[in-house]
Amino acid sequence: MISKEVVEKVAKLSRLNLDEAEIALYAEQLSQILDTMEGLQQIDTDGVVPLAHVLPIENVFREDDVGQCFRQEEVLANAPEQSDGMFQVPKIV
Amino acid sequence: MKYETVIGLEVHVELATESKIFCSCSAHSFGAEPNSHVCPACCGMPGMLPVVNRRVVDFGMKAGMMLNCDINRVTTFDKKSYYYPDLPGAYQTTQWFAPVAVNGRVDIETSAGKKSVRIKQIHMEEDAGKLVHDISEGTTHVDFNRTSVPLIEIVSQPDLSSAEEVEAYLVRLRTLLRYAKVAECEMAHGTMRCDVNLSVRPAGSDVLGVRTEMKNMNSIEAIKRAIEFETARHIDALENGTEVLVQETRRWDDAKGKSYAMRNKETAGDYRYFPDPNVMPVVIDDAWYEAIQNSVPEFPEVKREKYIALGLTEYDAERISESIMLCECFEEASEACGNPKEVVNWITSDVMRILNAKKMTYEMLNLDNQALGKLISLTGDGKISRANSKKILSAMFDDRSIDPEAYAEANDMLIGEQNDDMILDVVKKVIEADPKSVNDFKNGKEKALMALFGKCMKELKGNCDPQQLKVILLECING
Repeated sequence: MISKEVVEKVAKLSRLNLDEAEIALYAEQLSQILDTMEGLQQIDTDGVVPLAHVLPIENVFREDDVGQCFRQEEVLANAPEQSDGMFQVPKIV
Repeated sequence: MKYETVIGLEVHVELATESKIFCSCSAHSFGAEPNSHVCPACCGMPGMLPVVNRRVVDFGMKAGMMLNCDINRVTTFDKKSYYYPDLPGAYQTTQWFAPVAVNGRVDIETSAGKKSVRIKQIHMEEDAGKLVHDISEGTTHVDFNRTSVPLIEIVSQPDLSSAEEVEAYLVRLRTLLRYAKVAECEMAHGTMRCDVNLSVRPAGSDVLGVRTEMKNMNSIEAIKRAIEFETARHIDALENGTEVLVQETRRWDDAKGKSYAMRNKETAGDYRYFPDPNVMPVVIDDAWYEAIQNSVPEFPEVKREKYIALGLTEYDAERISESIMLCECFEEASEACGNPKEVVNWITSDVMRILNAKKMTYEMLNLDNQALGKLISLTGDGKISRANSKKILSAMFDDRSIDPEAYAEANDMLIGEQNDDMILDVVKKVIEADPKSVNDFKNGKEKALMALFGKCMKELKGNCDPQQLKVILLECING
């Protein structure tokens, strides 16, 4: 069973603000997911390379050429607050 | 009790590519309008697809080879998740499970002797954006131009034990990466940045002390000061119990000469590293590996020995091999004129003087080295006067396309074939116009001869062998 504390920590890392009811709900749901994973853990995977991609595609590259960017006003179009050509956020540090 | 300091470094180096690591925005953000080098991929728009810049892998491999690393022939990218305003996608694409290079070694030399510093790994990753604080009270501004500029992070083992060793290590790293032409490595420009992991333990102990990590250092001198301060702080805590040391990230304030605890950061597990499903694995086949291996330059020591064998002094060989740009200048100019000793004299006098006057570093040297060799030949053969050759060299610094011979001819600086008669005409004219100097010289004033010599040279526009002129001038005066 996933504890309340673990849910709170994961929520904090993801900057999610959860109320008590949500924490209880997610603790239960996350526990079910992990139980399922526990079942998969029974399978012997010795010598099996971890799979990051389901398709056998590798070496997808672009050459080092400079292309088109957004214009500054396009970049900032969705910014809730901006000034001096930059996104403006509450002071961090 | 005696203590020893244990230091490991994480060095971030911006790779000298034209475009970013996963998109085609320009990677040259220095001095650009804020948020003008940004596209959907590098500002983390939903649904964007990153595509790896091949040259980033070339440079990552080459850096690994310069630092004696093993290259992972299958190397992959992973997501490192954390929330911060300089990271638009809320994750950084980096390498965690299979970095491009591992198990390397950098050899350094200090007053304590020679030492090998082990390299744990080199991984390729994207840079974060730039934050500007307090443009107006209580705000932070975000510029994404630097987001996704390619970096390598070079992680050393904790093999360093003093500020002097750290300096030697950083200088060596910088020299090797510049030799490979993969990075500028200019701390003042932020293209080389360094985090210092430091702990202190009783001398001879094999247990590591509590480790602190210091960030925000922008010069080697600042790093040295930070190490001295932090070592003293740790020893004071251990000896006198002034404070309890905790594992933490600290910010170095160079102006105040102190380090400060920063807000506790996440630990590795909190970053929830997992393979990035959007970036396909990189598989390095033999042909690719060998092509990069063949592009790895000779090391500075090899060049130095070669230069000494060519007849250079140890001092000159050391100076030239300090920079790959000087090496190339020396080698190519020597090949063009066949006189390495003369080339080194030119480099260590005229070339360095001009670089200095223009406030240029060795790395900014952009001469046509073959043309330099030609200029040296023409001067050696007496076709261009030494004074004029300096002027031509100066012009060649501003315009790479200048051919010294054509330039000399176009500017009346080419000394023709034996032209005694022409010189004689000029000398006669000058002597006639200035009988006072002639008399002064005859009465023992040596300086008067120099005045006459100077006037003749001016008339001849410097296109004359000084020795030849002096002989003719003396003949005329003495009748």
